[in-house]
Amino acid sequence: PALAQADETEDMTVEVMAGACTYCHGTDGNGIGEAIPSIAGMPEDQFAYMMVTYQDGSNPATVMGRVARGYTEDQIQALAAYFGGKPFERPPQPWIDESVVAEGKELAAEYCESCHENEGRDGEGVGILAGQKLQYMRFSVADFLSEAREMERRQARKFRELMDDHGEEGFEKILNYYASVQ
Amino acid sequence: VGLPHIARAAAPRFVIVGGGPGGATAAKYLKRYAPAAEVTLIEANPTYTTCFMSNEVLGGLRDFSTIQVGYDGLSGHGITVIHDLVTAIDPEGKTVTTQGGESVAFDRCIVAPGIDFKYDAVEGYSAEAAEIMPHAWKAGPQTTLLRSQLEAMEDGGTVIVAPPDNPFRCPPGPYERISLIANYLKQHKPKSKVLVLDAKDKFSKMPLFTQAWEMFYGYGTDNSLIEWVSKSDGGTVTGVNTETMEVTTAGAGTFKGDVVNLIPPQSAGAIARSTGLLEGGDWAPVNKGTFESLAVPGIHVLGDASIAAAMPKSGASANSQAKATAASALALSMGQEPPMPTLANACYSIGGPEHGFSVAAVYNYDDFENKLVPVEGAGGVSPIDAGADSRRREMFYAHSWFENMKADCWG
Ligand SMILES: Cc1cc2nc3c(=O)[nH]c(=O)nc-3n(C[C@H](O)[C@H](O)[C@H](O)COP(=O)(O)OP(=O)(O)OC[C@H]3O[C@@H](n4cnc5c(N)ncnc54)[C@H](O)[C@@H]3O)c2cc1C
Ligand code: HEC
Ligand code: HEC
Repeated sequence: PALAQADETEDMTVEVMAGACTYCHGTDGNGIGEAIPSIAGMPEDQFAYMMVTYQDGSNPATVMGRVARGYTEDQIQALAAYFGGKPFERPPQPWIDESVVAEGKELAAEYCESCHENEGRDGEGVGILAGQKLQYMRFSVADFLSEAREMERRQARKFRELMDDHGEEGFEKILNYYASVQ
Repeated sequence: VGLPHIARAAAPRFVIVGGGPGGATAAKYLKRYAPAAEVTLIEANPTYTTCFMSNEVLGGLRDFSTIQVGYDGLSGHGITVIHDLVTAIDPEGKTVTTQGGESVAFDRCIVAPGIDFKYDAVEGYSAEAAEIMPHAWKAGPQTTLLRSQLEAMEDGGTVIVAPPDNPFRCPPGPYERISLIANYLKQHKPKSKVLVLDAKDKFSKMPLFTQAWEMFYGYGTDNSLIEWVSKSDGGTVTGVNTETMEVTTAGAGTFKGDVVNLIPPQSAGAIARSTGLLEGGDWAPVNKGTFESLAVPGIHVLGDASIAAAMPKSGASANSQAKATAASALALSMGQEPPMPTLANACYSIGGPEHGFSVAAVYNYDDFENKLVPVEGAGGVSPIDAGADSRRREMFYAHSWFENMKADCWG
């Protein structure tokens, strides 16, 4: 039927468009490299928020500003829905320092879990930390700490507290823990 | 992907010629878009060696085995993989014939043979000469050969690198190579140098490479590890002598190299010419929305072999185009409207230790002009003043891209 075909052409248009993201982010948005973040399963709002703030430069990026400006609001919405519908995979990250994971888990429970819920799998408007690429999370934390990336007040307070109590090592432990969550 | 009725329709048959990033991705995504389709990939070699990151192998930063990939991933998806050389494609009879005597029927054929070299463009150069003066512009034994020559060279030697004029595979590739050879020499043979004899006055990411060369290799000083002779300064190479290891240029004189990396001008892979896809030129003209040949209907050409004009000849371009090609070939095989593609290219280069940068562009298809048009305000190169932290991040991202790219094409 003609209608079904039009829908399929529409689906395939999004497929092809998303195909220009996956040679960097991995098939279906799930990467295996250590730094480029996986973007599968991201809540749609958070996905769109990241893209729009890359576009206007308010979110720091090496390449995503230049990429994101290539897409319209509607296209971003379609990409958000497309990747949001793919399950987030957690392939092994052999570069994780297992020796700090247990301590990281405790620290995370104290400083991060209130927003990054369910071991970093969920949370309101926070993206996914559980199994996210370690190197990407290091860059993100560095951007938060240097204030290149904006933090809401409560998040900033937790970051400050963690830094005062445990220093950079505290972050390192937490991020190794989150990266290790299966 | 929800394409329910494909399963019920007669399964379309696709043959893909060439298992580089273009062909491999097309095969993989055809099978993903339409699991019932019969997909056959014919590739001459049992393993593929990526050109991407092969410059890190040349520079001694990476093991050769990491740039090799196999085809088990694709077989695992239900794709029939045949290792053989395609000798003929018959567009009327709709069959592909191989050297080994196989004949495979298709409804639509996708051709992604990459490049061949125009050896006669440089006097004295040939496939045999490439065993002495390697091009290393198809990765594999040529990469290993050039690496071993660099290792064997004595300190104080001259490495000549000769990049061709546009268009050619991977516009920033020669300059990444120059950087990483210089990086190797700096550490192990600091009295040596790289002499670049160029057929161009300008090259891809030039300010970023120049900046890296100044930062790491003394470029512009008397002690520079890199000397660049532009086309205007007569740098274009016209001939070589493999016995004396001499390289002759259009206007800068004759130079002797201890190692000579001659990158000859290129054209689409031979099978594209013999199938009549080139219309007398070097590259295959295509509909840039579907990558269907303008010369031979029913056959699609993508990757380095096609004219995609605005899109550079890169692995990333080939991967992005392959998804549009797969979707279009599928739609056309069922008499449906092909999708309007949005494509993108992004290429990382490594300029030195912990020093990466990139170029990116997003393209929309203009079906009236048959053009891929870069979206205005998007894309471009890494900012020249981005600083060391950003360059370091891009090095990490480049290596990450490499792993994800291999998995997206062949995994
Ligand atoms: C030094 C260097 C660095 C590069 N770095 C990058 C980079 O960082 N990023 C990037 O995106 N790109 C990079 N590239 C470019 C990239 O390698 C090419 O653009 C890409 O390989 C093109 O893919 P393709 O599938 O069109 O062709 P190819 O990769 O050449 O694949 C063609 C395949 O077809 C097979 N074939 C050909 N004819 C036949 C036949 N008749 N029968 C059977 N099989 C056949 C060949 O054996 C080959 O495996 C680089 C290139 C070089 C040389
Ligand atoms: C050249 C590589 C490349 C391409 C192509 C690319 N990305 Fe990215 N992406 C990155 C990198 C690297 C980052 C981290 C931010 C940065 O430094 O640019 C990122 C970050 C992101 C994020 C934020 C993830 C998070 O957890 O915060 C989203 C969302 C995203 N990209 C979506 C996309 C979409 C959608 C496309 C295609 C339309 C795309 N990307 C294409 C490399 C790429
Ligand atoms: C009060 C809420 C809150 C707390 C507590 C919090 N975060 Fe977050 N976090 C956020 C929000 C909101 C975002 C999304 C920011 C954005 O969209 O730019 C985020 C994003 C991140 C990201 C980037 C994820 C991505 O995919 O881009 C990292 C990494 C991160 N947080 C780490 C931490 C760590 C480590 C802690 C504990 C020390 C922590 N956060 C505590 C709210 C919080």
